[in-house]
Amino acid sequence: MQEYVFELYVAGDGLRSRTAVEVLNRMCEDRLAGRHELTVIDVHLHPERAERAKILATPTLLRRYPTPEVRIIGDLGLTRSVLAQLGVPVDGAPTVSKSQEDT
Amino acid sequence: MTISTPTMRKVPTGVPGLDTITKGGFPEGRAVVVAGTAGSAKSVMAAQFLKGGIEAGEPGVFVTCEETNASIRDNLRGFGWDVAAWESDGLWAFVDATRSLDGASIQAGSYDLEALLARIRATVNRLGATRIVIDSLDGLFEQFNRDVHFRNELQRVITRLSDLRVTTLLTTERDSEYGAPSRRGVEEFLTDNLILLRNVLTDEKRRRTVEIVKFRGTSHGTGEFGFSVNGSGISVIPHLDITDDRVLTDERITSGNTKLDSMVDGGLFRDSIALVSGAAGTGKTLLMTSFVAAGVALGERCLVFAFEERREQLIRNARGWGVDFEAMERDGLLKIVAVYPEIATLEDHLVAISNLVEEYRPTRVAVDSLSALERVGTGDGFRKFVVSLCATFKHRGLTAMLTSTTPTFLGGTSHSESHLSTVTDLIVLLRHSEVAGILRRGLMVLKMRGSRHDKEVREFTVDSLGMHIGEVSTHPIMVPGELPQMPADGDDDQGPDTG
Repeated sequence: MQEYVFELYVAGDGLRSRTAVEVLNRMCEDRLAGRHELTVIDVHLHPERAERAKILATPTLLRRYPTPEVRIIGDLGLTRSVLAQLGVPVDGAPTVSKSQEDT
Repeated sequence: MTISTPTMRKVPTGVPGLDTITKGGFPEGRAVVVAGTAGSAKSVMAAQFLKGGIEAGEPGVFVTCEETNASIRDNLRGFGWDVAAWESDGLWAFVDATRSLDGASIQAGSYDLEALLARIRATVNRLGATRIVIDSLDGLFEQFNRDVHFRNELQRVITRLSDLRVTTLLTTERDSEYGAPSRRGVEEFLTDNLILLRNVLTDEKRRRTVEIVKFRGTSHGTGEFGFSVNGSGISVIPHLDITDDRVLTDERITSGNTKLDSMVDGGLFRDSIALVSGAAGTGKTLLMTSFVAAGVALGERCLVFAFEERREQLIRNARGWGVDFEAMERDGLLKIVAVYPEIATLEDHLVAISNLVEEYRPTRVAVDSLSALERVGTGDGFRKFVVSLCATFKHRGLTAMLTSTTPTFLGGTSHSESHLSTVTDLIVLLRHSEVAGILRRGLMVLKMRGSRHDKEVREFTVDSLGMHIGEVSTHPIMVPGELPQMPADGDDDQGPDTG
């Protein structure tokens, strides 16, 4: 079992889905370096998995592990606060500066 | 904007009476919003809509946004609906759109509701469903930012559902009975079809009503219609047309009192409604008892609704006049149903009466007294109740006798009786009066629709054999239009003041 287990629910392979997958892949590579497992689920192909996980919106990122579960709804603007919610290391995050976060 | 077309198909709603006021049901393949305050029976109507489909062999999908599947199954079991059995038969399926309680949920960036749509679509396709319920929109709103983006997404989902050729019922909660149609002020734009359910408290009396506000492109009944929520779900009470095209019969039957029969030129018409009005103790229940006894003697089934007296009391009264109600019940020709008026709303009573009439199929029915039910509803509600009750009897072509304990009949001050007089065919007035130290009882036929009748006031006496109507009274027992206001117990009637 990896340290982080994610499921990303997307609808089809449109721009919004691809962006979400790219952003998430980059985050995992940059910050988790192989300590994670990521499954991308297309709700059109697997509605029953969306049913089981009670997913309403796409994209939805579901952190299965570590528990408790966390759901991030939307195309993942990965701000420091979102990363913090996911429990992902945020030191040196390039997109958000310390001063912006404090305001 | 849809152009009005007479060819729009409708699907039966599954709710008794609602098809009548919707003129055939909900518009097929469209979305209908049902809005109402908390406890207005929105979810019951939604579930009953799916049940209606299931009974016609058409599966339905219940998208629940607030209650769990288990609690919905539990609630509906109270109506005798076995959701679990329908689920295993592939006739009903839930889509659980309640908030996930497993952990935090954060919105970051833009999204769509494609997952919800995909889940509903997959379930519809799996079952071959023709009906969808979403209960409630508010439950979905609670889970997202209530912004323009979310509303547009929801609108898109609902539009996509109609592409599936299913008829959708959406519920939404209102904050007040006569305010904005919905809480957010947006849901009504989602659809061309809006129904309001109300649960109004007036003068400490509760009345449930349904109103079809709009059905785009198709006609429907207007105004509020009462409805009842009882052991088998919702029953809507349409305003039945009492002047239907049914052929009236000329057949006469005995009222149970031969003298009264001759006063109305040969008895009651078979499909008529008689009203016996008088203060307490004037002999209304006696006339009703004779009416029933005469029916039973002819082998006719009789149904008695007692709203004023207990069953035992009614049986004892009858025995005092030589009528054995208990034996008649044993013989299966009589059924006495004693109900305390305050236990239910007028609509509940109406549905219960109507169901019993349907089930027992009597030839004669008696209601003793109708006025006891007036305590349960407000003026307009009672008027509609009486009209619907009489229409129910008329449609079945049975003979009905209703009693009314109201002391001011001729004065015309009683709201209910002025309506009673238009829906009843025969009105018999009973009065008692003290004249020169002697209590005299008088009876007169105020009207008899479609027949000649006596115009005289006749005195009568009561003994262990019943009522004996005698000669034309020479005493001023009743003077039309000038009757005094008598107290309900009627025992200190001072006689009319003609001065």
